[in-house]
Amino acid sequence: MSIPAVATRGLGKRYGRHWALSDCTLSIPAGLVVGLVGPNGAGKSTFIGLMTGMLGPTTGSIEVLGGPAPNSPEQLARIGYVAQGTPIYGGLSVADHLRFGARTNPGWDAALAARRIQDLGLDLGQKAGKLSGGQQAQLALTLGLAKRPELLILDEPIASLDPLARHEFLQSLMAAIAERELGIIMSSHLIGDLEHVCDYLVVLAGSRVVLDGPVAELLACHHLVTGRRRDGTSLPPGVQVITQSHTDRQSTFLVYSTVPVIDATLAAEPVDLEQLVLAYMGGAARTTPALEVQR
Amino acid sequence: MIEFHLLSRSGVAPYLQLIQQVRSALRLGLLEEGERLPTVKEVSVALAINPNTVLKAYRELEYEGLVAGRQGVGTFVTKTVSEESVAAHQELSQDLRTWLRKARATGLDAEGIEAIFQRAIRSEILEEQAV
Repeated sequence: MSIPAVATRGLGKRYGRHWALSDCTLSIPAGLVVGLVGPNGAGKSTFIGLMTGMLGPTTGSIEVLGGPAPNSPEQLARIGYVAQGTPIYGGLSVADHLRFGARTNPGWDAALAARRIQDLGLDLGQKAGKLSGGQQAQLALTLGLAKRPELLILDEPIASLDPLARHEFLQSLMAAIAERELGIIMSSHLIGDLEHVCDYLVVLAGSRVVLDGPVAELLACHHLVTGRRRDGTSLPPGVQVITQSHTDRQSTFLVYSTVPVIDATLAAEPVDLEQLVLAYMGGAARTTPALEVQR
Repeated sequence: MIEFHLLSRSGVAPYLQLIQQVRSALRLGLLEEGERLPTVKEVSVALAINPNTVLKAYRELEYEGLVAGRQGVGTFVTKTVSEESVAAHQELSQDLRTWLRKARATGLDAEGIEAIFQRAIRSEILEEQAV
């Protein structure tokens, strides 16, 4: 087992009386694209603040790439961070940004940065403030990638972009991970944006982790089951109900089961990631047992 | 070279969509033996999907014996759908058409027919498990 990208134990962060993140224990595998999903105010940015070392925990502990949350130049060099809104310096040119990146990062890959700027068709002399939103995001991503981190953390990188710019941003990210070993942790309040790019999902709601696991296994282990009105206990053995709703005739369950739900009186369908995330955000606690998929 | 596409609301997992598109291209003769599939990176970037999803699809196709990966060169089609299996499918397809005409005659629409089909498949699986 390789060293996890992020490992936490009982991690919590309190502001005054308010817990922004509480009782968070998880281990996120390295080298994957990880989606950090939850509604606004669920604790995503707090969690990212703790990962990047900008915040200190109130309780518990956090390790990033097997070391402490970044507090030394060595650790900082291994982790890239693109803050919320993909910030750039409006008054500086694209070339200034690259020079700044080169001067502040020991592992700076100037060739990579230059190639990306060229592929994007950006003008080096252009003031960054004059670029479109999508181009600004791509410039911020270029700085994050050219640093050559082992782990790149992005806080809501595409929330403010139009659909085309979102697609292009995700294309850039996919190109980057297809080219080299790189772990990515990316937050979003829109699961649809992350559905096809993530290997691993962490869902936050009400300052707690309500679901986490490899996307393929989460999808394989959850099913939408409908049938004549019945009690949740009358479902086949080994099936765990996550959410249920009933009309006078029909019952609908979103269930967890490591084996396919096969019952002649029930229709079982696969769930998509959005249904799954909504079900868990709707109040279900983190009840999934250790995920084991039967293939 | 074929080009993949992705329907995000189809309910079919992306890796399965890629597999289905390769199989369908083989059946339609759009892909022939020896032809190269787009690289994992090309597909991943074009569709903005995780490279692991593409890898999973290619591995599955390899397992089925339809394609073979050559280290550092690419993934190539190794098998076209054979004449015999096409002939065998034809007979099954004829039987199915006869059945479909019968089903339509009773007033069933496409959705009703699909429901019967799905139910039959589920009962078959249940019976197999019971044996």
